[in-house]
Amino acid sequence: MSYFFQQSLNALQLGSIYALIALGYTMVYGILRMINFAHGDLFMVGAFFCFLAATVLHFPFLPTLLVSMAGVAFLGVIIERLAYKPLRQAPRVSAVITALGVGIFLENLILAIDPYPKHVPLLIGNTTWDLLGVSVSSLQVLIIALSLGLMLMLDFIVRRTMVGIAMRAISWDKTIVPLMGVPVNLVISITFALGAGLGAAAGTMYGLAYPVIDPYMGIMVGWKAFISAVVGGIGNIRGAMIGGFILGTVEILVVAYFPSTYKDFVSFALLLVLLIYRPYGILGKPQTQKI
Amino acid sequence: MRIPCSRNIKFLVLIPGGWLLCFLIPRLGILNPYVQLVFIYVGINIILATSLNLINGYMGEFSVGHAGFMAVGAYISSLLTVRVIPASWNPYLFPFALVAGGMGAGLVGLIVAVPSFKTRGDYLAIVTLAFNMIVKSVIENIEAIGGPRGLLGMQKMTTLPWVFFWTVVSIWIIRNFVYSNFGRGVLSIREDEIAGELMGVNTRRVKLLGFVISSFFAGIAGGLFAHNLQFINPRVFDILKSTDILIMVYLGGVGSIAGSIIGAGIYTLLLEYLRFLKEWRMVLMPLLLVFLMLFRPRGIMGLREFKGFVPQYYLSAVELWLARRKKEDVAPSH
Amino acid sequence: MSLLHIKNLTHYFGGLCAVNDFNLELESGELLGIIGPNGSGKTTVFNLITGVYRPTGGSIRFRDREISGTRPANITMLGIARTFQNIRLFNNLSVLDNVRIAHFGRTHYSPLEAIFHIGRYQAEEERITDHSLDLLDRFGLADHAETEAKNLPYGMQRRLEIVRALATNPSLLCLDEPAAGMNPSEIQKLMDFIQRIRKEFSLTILLIEHQMRLVMGICERLKVLDFGATIAEGAPEEIRANHKVLEAYLGEEAAE
Repeated sequence: MSYFFQQSLNALQLGSIYALIALGYTMVYGILRMINFAHGDLFMVGAFFCFLAATVLHFPFLPTLLVSMAGVAFLGVIIERLAYKPLRQAPRVSAVITALGVGIFLENLILAIDPYPKHVPLLIGNTTWDLLGVSVSSLQVLIIALSLGLMLMLDFIVRRTMVGIAMRAISWDKTIVPLMGVPVNLVISITFALGAGLGAAAGTMYGLAYPVIDPYMGIMVGWKAFISAVVGGIGNIRGAMIGGFILGTVEILVVAYFPSTYKDFVSFALLLVLLIYRPYGILGKPQTQKI
Repeated sequence: MRIPCSRNIKFLVLIPGGWLLCFLIPRLGILNPYVQLVFIYVGINIILATSLNLINGYMGEFSVGHAGFMAVGAYISSLLTVRVIPASWNPYLFPFALVAGGMGAGLVGLIVAVPSFKTRGDYLAIVTLAFNMIVKSVIENIEAIGGPRGLLGMQKMTTLPWVFFWTVVSIWIIRNFVYSNFGRGVLSIREDEIAGELMGVNTRRVKLLGFVISSFFAGIAGGLFAHNLQFINPRVFDILKSTDILIMVYLGGVGSIAGSIIGAGIYTLLLEYLRFLKEWRMVLMPLLLVFLMLFRPRGIMGLREFKGFVPQYYLSAVELWLARRKKEDVAPSH
Repeated sequence: MSLLHIKNLTHYFGGLCAVNDFNLELESGELLGIIGPNGSGKTTVFNLITGVYRPTGGSIRFRDREISGTRPANITMLGIARTFQNIRLFNNLSVLDNVRIAHFGRTHYSPLEAIFHIGRYQAEEERITDHSLDLLDRFGLADHAETEAKNLPYGMQRRLEIVRALATNPSLLCLDEPAAGMNPSEIQKLMDFIQRIRKEFSLTILLIEHQMRLVMGICERLKVLDFGATIAEGAPEEIRANHKVLEAYLGEEAAE
């Protein structure tokens, strides 16, 4: 029984990280109808920024987190302006291929700069408590709490601020919104910045929790987060959060009760099944096309 | 009515001539082995690019996991030559092993075609990428075929003549398919699937055919690849390899066989030429892809085709029709 | 037995009722018009007949055979063809190829014969090309056979769309706003064109149209839709004076 609770805690931790990254995918899809395949690699860059801030600049935890989030947010905006904005009217193939290209570019750039996996130093004292037979670490609590906090903040931004309303309006109808005086490009950049920033936060926390990072880590994690977004309903913010936790749970369950090498396979199989039977996910609505 | 033309003769001379050349080159040591190797890679890449172009270029779909089919073909043909066929028979049964790999890949292509009935665009891209990952994941989990460590021990049976042969065959078959009823069906899916369906095109059948042919040849390329490198592991066939193939297609030109040849040729040669950049080579390549998408998304050839690949009766369709009409006026059927 | 028999046809998009209890008995050789304000469900009816959607309720019988829920390609092979409100040609393909594609269902060679160019391939290709060019020639498009469809002038594009539909050898032709964007003299030519193909190809024609000149000029019978429901039907003269129809159209009628 305590094994179950232990794994539940692990699932919450992993799920929070997936959820944070999934939010980036879902927000960009909601506003631009494009899947930013490079997003997983932004997560990876976030982890590397965290590493740099910690080892080179010797920042403690909070500044490291902020530096990483700000840096990747900025990077996200640059990528959007240079590579995605020119393709907004282009056929979807171009955007997909471009996103793939950007992602691979980022991976190989980091690889070329320094190919060896890095070890992220522990920036937070990690104490473990024993709660009814379950070992809980302060790091785990921090990750889960921080993720939930960031998600609540995002939810607030999306629901209660002008920026959030603009984001939701654009995802409903892109043509009308600029006619109402909304600076669409600015809102899109802010969306990218938010999504990338959350991804970077996830990267930082991932770096602290599983301290060895390498340039290819974004691929698998990015895919899992993407699957989370699809599970919840791509374009739907609450869906991304729910999807993240679902996928974290699925993965931990597979690892707990099956050979761990199956975990990727199960996640992808889940994706395929979903795409065939319910492509709009849990909270999504079927899209009808006017013919 | 067939037109006797100098075209057919040109091809009838060029192709056996080229094949003969491929035999002579290694024997007479005309080119150094490194250059021969590069040509072998160019050939394999042409097969990959042309087969992917059938789906992405002609059909306008979003298949971004082509390396998965390659993997299936590579593994099946390698397992046959290494574990099933006695070593001395291998050189004679090599083409059959390749075809077996191709058929296995074709079968998998059939499976991937099914989601394409209902999904398009981004979603199909995801499905094909996920499938690429699944193939890799499945291979990694099967210890019996080497798991993550891979498979080795293949005999080096991929020679210049074999590569030439299979390159010519794949180009010929795909070109024949494109300039036929089914090929027109493929094009109608790209242009306007619903209109095509409403004009009587059985889009399901066409998609199945397209995916099977495309993946079959990817499997052949995989087999050739495996028997050249003499070692394969799942990591070779991941998203990076798929991206390589995508670059070749979009560089050379979508919906154009000549485009695939050009794209494969330029990309392979560029990759070799830029070897001195080491890791930065793979930083430059995706950048090249992004540039292509931004400034020339249809590639060098665009949608145009080299006239030599278009059948004569397509090029002179109207003249031939007029000639047939005139014949009928002279000798009316009633 | 009527050619097309539609009973209680209903279709919902989610919670929105697009077609509400549509009924039709169409005899062979008739020319019937479906009119109504924008969004009244006319194109949806076409989409239901041609198999693009599976109806939420009701039945569609063509030659006494239930076709609702059948795949569009099969319905086309049974003899129903259509054109579209917004022209849907195969833009990057030549005029000739646009028409040749319509022969897909009636081509008699297998994929194997196709990839090796053996067997019946050559003969069938000639037959298809001849038939396509003959058809194009009949309607003055043969000179443009090699032009890409997107480069044709608008009027020719509309004509090509109809020729392409004719190439599928239909008994029932559904024309969706063929006169859109045309001036009065073009509309007159279109009216003659429709009458001509009706006679030469022994067609039954269903016509959706907003241009009253065309509708009143050639339709024998009319059905009027508004918000998915049929609000009137009958001969053009009756419809012209019908109070409910005037109400539904109000502004548009005044503009004619």
